Amino acid sequence: MSGHHAHDHEHDHAHDNHYSDMQARVRALETLLTEKGLVDPAAIDAIVETYETKVGPRNGARVVATAWSDPDFADWLTRDATAAIGSLGYTGRQGEHMRAVFNTPETHHLVVCTLCSCYPWSVLGLPPVWYKAPAYRSRAVLDPRGVLAEFNLSLPETTKIRVWDSTAELRYLVVPMRPSGTEGWTVEQLADLVTRDSMIGTGLALQPEAAR
Amino acid sequence: MNGPHDLGGQMGFGPVAPEPHEPYFHAEWEKRALGLTLSCGAFGAWTIDESRHARENIPPAAYLSASYYEIWIRALETLLARHGFVTPDELKTGRLETPGAPPKRVLTAEMVAGVLSRGGPCDRPAEAAPGFVVGQTVRTKNLNPATHTRLPRYARAKTGMIEAVQGSFVFPDDNAHGRGENPQWVYTVVFDGPEIWGEGSDPTLSVSIDAWESYLEPV
Repeated sequence: MSGHHAHDHEHDHAHDNHYSDMQARVRALETLLTEKGLVDPAAIDAIVETYETKVGPRNGARVVATAWSDPDFADWLTRDATAAIGSLGYTGRQGEHMRAVFNTPETHHLVVCTLCSCYPWSVLGLPPVWYKAPAYRSRAVLDPRGVLAEFNLSLPETTKIRVWDSTAELRYLVVPMRPSGTEGWTVEQLADLVTRDSMIGTGLALQPEAAR
Repeated sequence: MNGPHDLGGQMGFGPVAPEPHEPYFHAEWEKRALGLTLSCGAFGAWTIDESRHARENIPPAAYLSASYYEIWIRALETLLARHGFVTPDELKTGRLETPGAPPKRVLTAEMVAGVLSRGGPCDRPAEAAPGFVVGQTVRTKNLNPATHTRLPRYARAKTGMIEAVQGSFVFPDDNAHGRGENPQWVYTVVFDGPEIWGEGSDPTLSVSIDAWESYLEPV
């Protein structure tokens, strides 16, 4: 074991006092498995680097911005999201089977996995802690408006809310509504308005002023 | 199984706590936990369904007080011991005692990009045609197996509508327990909120699950 832990810096999180125990436990396991020749620490570095620098919500934002700009692509995304998203180069783990759902003025979509933490890694990267935590997983299906309020999102009382529980291997991407005042924008400009939360359904796309 | 993981509709966990500008990892060990879990998955010794079952089998008090990657590590240790890669003693002491079972493959750095971009598709051809059609009213069965299932408790014995036929996929209830892939058709079944949550529930709410065919019966 060489310098893989050289940058350790334990955060003293009040909500989780297991961190130093876990640091020791995981380090011991990695050492044991490395000595057995079962894991390659450099492979772990490569996995971490992939999800820290290459695979993240920018992928999904490009999918959404392309759908906003190109009706043919939006249609393809509706019919076969796996293929449409794959055409932009976003494939792979936890994105093998994709489905896109489109927000409208009448219906707002919200995605959860009540059973674990299923999430479309290939377009959104690794999920945030709140998505994996009991508070969100328990209430998103029961009280979505209450949950959305905790994200400072309040929808009209008449807006229908459709919650998608990811119980199988399909991974969902919410396509938020395109903000007005963005006519003629490029895909790159539009992608700046698409937040991670807007693609889960706990947020909306940003307004044009926010991109400036 | 009716484990601590099956959280839909439970109460008392407090507000969701979004963290502005959340980092991908909150501690160095979380990075290693992710990488170890994916690396050991590449051994080819267990399926994603078996690993999900290992996580949901953590006793409720431990599951609910663990952070997410702690759940992963606890399950990974179970799987490594079950499949003979490490002994329980080795897990306790951290000291190597036996070489352990040989894996089908060891993930190296050069393999990572390819493995991640391929993923693990689990659609498989089904032998029969779909038993339900779009628009059909169905009822979920009242199943309480002690083994793995992907039918959440809140959506059992409820009436909903087949909204889409999603294709045929490996059946996790069998695959988690070494009983084969036995692919089945998967359907998006949508329920009105009040069908699930009853009196006083949000009238604008609908909830869908993706259900394997054997979870459903015609109405």
